[in-house]
Parts: sequence; structure tokens; C-alpha cells
Amino acid sequence: MIADIFFMGVALLTLLGALLAVSLKNVFYNALSLILSLFGVACLFIFLNSEFLAIIEIILYIGAIAIAIIFAIMLSSPMIQKKEEKPDVKKIARSFILAALFFWGLLQTLRRTVWPAANPEGDYSLGAIGKSLLSNQILPFETVSLVLLVAIIGALMLAEKKGTAR
Amino acid sequence: MIFKELIKIIIYGTLVVLFISVNALFLVWAERRVSARIQLRRGPIHVGWQGLLQTVADAVKLISKELVLPKEADRFLYILAPMLVFAPLLSAFLVLPLAQNVVIRDLNIGFLFIFSLTNITFIGIFIAGWSSNNKYALLGSMRAVAQNISYEIPLLLSTMGVVLLTGTLKMSELVPAQAKGWFLFTQPVAFLIFLCSSLAEANRAPFDIPEAESELVAGFHTEYSGMRFALFFLGEYTAIFISSAIAAALFLGGWQGPLLPGLVWFLIKTYGIIFIVMWIRWTFPRLRSDQLMALAWKVLIPLAMVNVFVTALVLELQKILA
Repeated sequence: MIADIFFMGVALLTLLGALLAVSLKNVFYNALSLILSLFGVACLFIFLNSEFLAIIEIILYIGAIAIAIIFAIMLSSPMIQKKEEKPDVKKIARSFILAALFFWGLLQTLRRTVWPAANPEGDYSLGAIGKSLLSNQILPFETVSLVLLVAIIGALMLAEKKGTAR
Repeated sequence: MIFKELIKIIIYGTLVVLFISVNALFLVWAERRVSARIQLRRGPIHVGWQGLLQTVADAVKLISKELVLPKEADRFLYILAPMLVFAPLLSAFLVLPLAQNVVIRDLNIGFLFIFSLTNITFIGIFIAGWSSNNKYALLGSMRAVAQNISYEIPLLLSTMGVVLLTGTLKMSELVPAQAKGWFLFTQPVAFLIFLCSSLAEANRAPFDIPEAESELVAGFHTEYSGMRFALFFLGEYTAIFISSAIAAALFLGGWQGPLLPGLVWFLIKTYGIIFIVMWIRWTFPRLRSDQLMALAWKVLIPLAMVNVFVTALVLELQKILA
């Protein structure tokens, strides 16, 4: 009963956050709404009994990505933006078509994928996750680390070009 | 059933809030006395026995103060920020192992839960600095967040040594695993890294660069007054308590100890670490911002990685030899 009420609240919060993230005018508010939405998703993971994914969602998405977004906003735009921009109809139409296409694709994938239910008796401890990452799922795991390595090297290159002394 | 759950939530909530307030009042008093002792002063001694009621008087003053709202501030976010800083700290009490079999929720992910929620505190600090529309506040909050996200890495890595030794993150299993010997002795480097990083996470001196009063007035809470300021203050002292409590549970054997009940041992160990934290604050000068970042990235993170590596190596060697 309480869980149901909380679930409805969390689901509404997630949707509200997502809606506000794209509709508000102030960029800082957009970023904060995104955080609200991400937090809601983390709560949904808790409802699915996967606490690990929930905390990873918070540590990575809120703690790293969202903070990086906020940093970028703060370093690039004036503190409180007051200028109001007129909505550009062409731009909106273009993005609407793109978004609709993307949404249609997502919908098709969602419908055609078979969703096997996880075995509720299985081992979902952290140790099991770690073992499966380094044995059965080693290829995606290593690919992701390669991507991260490339990103790090790229960031270092970019930072060095603008360096002053060297 | 619903009723019972609800009553449980209310009782635990009330107890935690009560504890947080009393703890903060006590810690402020203790901090003043410790600093006075170190600086050869006497500190508060007049209000109440040994000056114990001094902080209560200060709290009453803070509550009765006017809540100033800067004219150019972003109203909604300005009011939201202190709550966002404070609320995650409340939930940290969910997973603290207070005594044997006394954990409100024994989550699988254990103390990682607390570390993940501190990220929301950073967002609160960011919002506080931004919404105040004050350059000192903004600079302070940027420094605070940069510092916090850097020091989170060695903080998490240092706990991994303990996790490797026990193979679990559950608070209820980490503490009994230290029945034979505290992890302080098997993981001394990890303990030092943890202590150092948790000081930086709580914005304590010598890492209190976000609030460096000689450069930034008061950092991210420059514009805050009255109870809103008190919430930041309360949050800071609660954060110190929580990180010390985690250190006590992970490295000092938690509630284990002879004769006295578990809760008493747990509090003794926690407040012992808090005393060390205060001692450090009043002994060392503040670091410079770049020195602080260099310490995190060039010293603590490599050291923590080496610690994880050596721990894993020793564990594997033991397996082979046995």
C-alpha cells in the first residue's frame, strides 16, 4: 500500500523531471530537472530490488555527468540568464520530426524484443555481478574500458593544446 | 500492517532528527573546547556546566534570527538548497550499524548507499552557491564540488581493500568480520586515505578551501542567515559524524568491544575519530586549492590503487599457498 503510493510518486517525479528538463527556459533549471528525473530512475531501480544499479545511477549520472553539465553551464553562460528567446518554428519542427523518428524506432525495438524475466532465485549479489562482468560479459566490459581510455587520451590532448607554458 | 510500518518510519525519523540535533550541539561545544585547549584558551565555560549550554543558547539565537532573502537571488533554489544539503545526510542513518543486529535497513550495498547520496549534497552546495547570486558563494561552491568529486575517488577506493578482505558490502557482515582483528591493522594505508578523503569530503580544515574565510568570506553559504545557515552547519557536523561512524565500522571493529553494550562502543569509537578530526583541524594550516587537487590526484588515488592491488595480490597468494 505505502509502496504503491511511493511508486506512483516516484514515477510522477521522474516524468515531471523529464518534462521540465526540456521545457524550462533557464539552462541551469534544465540541468537540475534532469537530475530530478535521474534520481527518479534510481528510485525505480530500488523498486526493482536492484540497489546496485540505483547507486551506480546516482554516483555516475548525478555525481559525475550531471555535475559536469552544471560545471559547463556555469563556466560558459552568465549567472542568471534573463534574455528571452523567441521560439523558432522551423527548429521546433525539425527536432520534432527527428524525435518522432527516434521514438518510433525505440517503440519498434521495445515491441519486437522478447523480454525474458530474470530468475528471482538467481544470485544478484555484487560478487556475482563482478564475476559475470569479468567472465561471460568480458567483451562488452573491455570494449567500454577501451572507449573510456580513448576519451581520457582525447581529453588530455585537448587540454594540452590550450596549455600555456609548454 | 501499514499502520505499523508508518509508526516505525515516524519513530525512527524522530529519533534520527533528535540525535542529529543533539549531536551537532555537542560537537560544536566539543570543537570549541578542543580548539581552546589547543590554543591555550579556556573556551565556553560559563553557560551551564562546563559551558555545555552555550551552543543551545547559540541555537536559540540562530532560530530567532531573521531569514534574509537576497533581492537578486533565485528564490526557489535559494530556499531549496539547505534542504538538499541536509536531507541525504538524514538517510545515511538507514545503514549505520549502531549495535549488534541494530541496522534500520541492512542493504546489500551497505555503505556505498551513503557515498552515493552524498552526491546529492554536492548538488545542494552547487545550488546554494549559484542561487545566492554572489561571486564569493559561486566560487566557494565551485571549489567545494570540484574538491568533493575528486576526493570521492580515493574515498571509495580506500574502502575497497576492506571489501576485498570480507567479500561483502553489508554493514552487518563487515563488522563481525573484524572479531579477530580490526582492519585498522591489516589496512592501515586504507584507513589513512579514508580519513584524509573524508576530511576533504566534509570540507574540514586543512581542506576547508570552499569556506576559506580569508579569501571567500564564507564560501557557498555567504548569503545564508538564521535557520537556513544553521541547516548547513548542522549538515557539516552530521557529515563528520557519519564519516567517522563509517570509519569506526569499517576499520575499528564497529560495535565490538568487551563489557559495555555495542551502542556505547560504537559511539566511543566514533567520537574518538571525531576528536582526531578536530585535532587535525586546529593543528594544520589550510592548503592551497591547487595543492589540494594535486594531493588527491597525484598522491591519494595512486596510493589507494596500489593498496587495492597489493590486497588482492596477498589474498590470491594466500589462496595458492593454502
